[in-house]
Amino acid sequence: MIPELGHFALILALLVAIAQGTLPLIGAATDEPRLLALARPTARAQFALVVIAWVCLAASFMGNDFSVLNVATNSNSELPLRYRFAATWGSHEGSMLLWTLMLAGWTFAVSVFSRHLPPVLLARVISVMGLVSVGFLAFVLFTSNPFERLVPAAAEGRDLNPLLQDPGMVIHPPMLYMGYVGFSVAFAFALAALLGGRLDATWARWSRPWTTVAWAFLTIGIALGSGWAYYTLGWGGWWFWDPVENASFMPWLTGTALIHSLAVTEKRGAFKSWTVLLAILAFSLSLLGTFLVRSGVLTSVHAFASDPTRGVFILSFLAVVIGGSLALFASRAAKVGLGAAFSMISRESMLLANNVLLIVAMGSVLLGTLYPLFLDALNLGKISVGPPYFDSVFFPLMAPALFLMGVGPIARWSRAPVPELWTRLRWALGVAVVAALIVPALLGRWSPLVAFGLFLAFWIFASTFETLRGRLASSAQRGLAAKLRANSASYYGMLLAHLGVGVFVVGVTLVKGYEVERDVKLDPGETVTVGGYDFRFVGAVPGPGPNYRAVTGTFEVRKDGELLQTLAPEKRIYNASGQPMTIAAIDVGIFGDRYVSLGEPVAKNQDIAGAWAIRIYLKPFIDWIWGGAFLMALGGFMAVSDRRYRLAIRRRTAAVWTGVRGGAPAD
Amino acid sequence: MKPRTRRLGWIVAGLAVLGVASALVLNAFQSNLVFFFSPSQVAAHEAPQGRAFRIGGLVEAGSLTREPNSLTVHFRVTDTAQTIPVSYTGMLPDLFKEGKGVVAQGTLGPDGTFHASEVLAKHDENYMPPAAADAVKKAHEQMSTKTLVTTSTASK
Repeated sequence: MIPELGHFALILALLVAIAQGTLPLIGAATDEPRLLALARPTARAQFALVVIAWVCLAASFMGNDFSVLNVATNSNSELPLRYRFAATWGSHEGSMLLWTLMLAGWTFAVSVFSRHLPPVLLARVISVMGLVSVGFLAFVLFTSNPFERLVPAAAEGRDLNPLLQDPGMVIHPPMLYMGYVGFSVAFAFALAALLGGRLDATWARWSRPWTTVAWAFLTIGIALGSGWAYYTLGWGGWWFWDPVENASFMPWLTGTALIHSLAVTEKRGAFKSWTVLLAILAFSLSLLGTFLVRSGVLTSVHAFASDPTRGVFILSFLAVVIGGSLALFASRAAKVGLGAAFSMISRESMLLANNVLLIVAMGSVLLGTLYPLFLDALNLGKISVGPPYFDSVFFPLMAPALFLMGVGPIARWSRAPVPELWTRLRWALGVAVVAALIVPALLGRWSPLVAFGLFLAFWIFASTFETLRGRLASSAQRGLAAKLRANSASYYGMLLAHLGVGVFVVGVTLVKGYEVERDVKLDPGETVTVGGYDFRFVGAVPGPGPNYRAVTGTFEVRKDGELLQTLAPEKRIYNASGQPMTIAAIDVGIFGDRYVSLGEPVAKNQDIAGAWAIRIYLKPFIDWIWGGAFLMALGGFMAVSDRRYRLAIRRRTAAVWTGVRGGAPAD
Repeated sequence: MKPRTRRLGWIVAGLAVLGVASALVLNAFQSNLVFFFSPSQVAAHEAPQGRAFRIGGLVEAGSLTREPNSLTVHFRVTDTAQTIPVSYTGMLPDLFKEGKGVVAQGTLGPDGTFHASEVLAKHDENYMPPAAADAVKKAHEQMSTKTLVTTSTASK
């Protein structure tokens, strides 16, 4: 009964979405207020119906209803409750339903938080999102029904892939999808503005907070995925340039370009066409990512059994959405105009350069991700593009972007005199150069790459500090507290996100420069010294788990004879699937992690009491990578909390569509 | 500066960035593309000597041996028509098993042994790397990959 209820709710949601996607648009075109007024109620009704469907699916999973095919193939009665819940999005069908739920949720949020939006614009925004919903609901219903029954019902489920039985599974997919799908709001605003033919600062101000929130969620989602891969796969890597990772990274790069471009459009009225194009691109790449991950063309932990009709469906949907929106852009872009002029050296030009670098970097990732797929599809042979390609292309492109991050916030809008920039930034440059020369030597070994990475990181720290110092010094307020209060939350959000990038760069540089990886064979009682630490393998013993059998190894970590830590990595065999799984033991520290994982018993007959293949890693400063990402996301959330967005909304409604507001304060 | 000069400046700067980027990309592409060969192709000397490439197929049942006192293993990869001996030093992925699909990256030695630098993990017990499945399929057209996968699962 519950699955049928969910299925029925989903069908109703599709019908409501069709109404939501068409009627308000017609209303906007014909100036019919009764049709315009349908936007909000249909969006909310669609959301309610999708929530019902999703709750029904979650209930089937949590109640072990193995008469539902999806539950029978992706869950098991032994599975702990939190993973039965997470298994709701552990399958292809379930994750597409989550996508749809997120989309309906964002639409709902737009309908709630846009009371002051002009009704015509709101109707168009909600309609565009409704049309995207129609695509996804149809996809779920016609190719990936999560409620399909299994007759006769299975006695027991086949279990969730053990790799997914991890706390990461509970939060990584929802966060990532929040980000992915969140770009649909910026996309809908861009299309609505194009349809209305009026693009101005108001449009940018409207879509800016939505884009920033989506970007912040995507940042967290990607960081969580990266951290999960680090501790769960037993390889100790944090980024593999795997196509699936790239699929989430491309919208992120484009989204990063978009939030900066939106800032320029809002403040200066410049880059208008470019901003619209980026909004379309960011969401198109989200869809492309969904296609890559869900159609089965890629092979990874995220790819489920593939069904060709699904691939064809998503590909056609992709073509319609991207082709349609680009065609609309092409037909309207001339009307949009280029916006205000600016000088070669100005904040605008630096943001533009940053944008170009981000997009070119995104393009290089796109090429490396799609090229093998094209060759394969055309039957020209099988190739793979490995991490060396991405490393050698991506880092040279990002280095100048990181450097510009230091200059941009200090440069004046419209025209920034070079002597002034030099006066303000020379000490920051000095700090960065000195740090680059000294810090690597202190850490043990000086190398040009580490020095360069640290130069960039310290350059970002020092110049961000200088940005704040300059701002406070020129403030008319008296007293430090008053001066600090005079700046907006979005200004501090920007600073925090930039510091986050610096922290991230420190992490990446030091891990790449100083990590130690050793694979060794150890007998019980044997000790191996890695990077000044003695790792003593005490032995491995079997033990039970909730839905698996485990072998737990014990390692004593000593430095200069003093016991620092006992680490207990595990090897698990899951009962339902018989699949093995490696759980690394990590001693997490702010200056670096000590990482031990069990390979396999290498003694005769695989005797677990004998010798084991053991992996021992030292990962200096690796947690700074994720710390930096969380600071970036925090900066994003902080920026959105700005009162300006709420006040401006009210103040501006009356004066909406009056054109570009020039000379805004430089925040 | 006149608007036209400025625009020209932007165009030149944009082209310069694109030029540098394409140079980087093409250069990196050329040196980092890894081609895939099946054991039959390797046996027919189609694979390059000295340059890294990937092979894929099934790990031949009963072919896995370990060298004592090190992490070096030897096994054979087969597409059911031809077989290539592989040596690898390091940790094998969790789902590496005899009779199962595998993809390895490395170079071909003069003696015909494939020296793997990387053995790729699968993520799911029922899943076979498509490259490996393809190699087997090509070598064995009359038998569909699907049955091969099922039989190899059953024979475990």
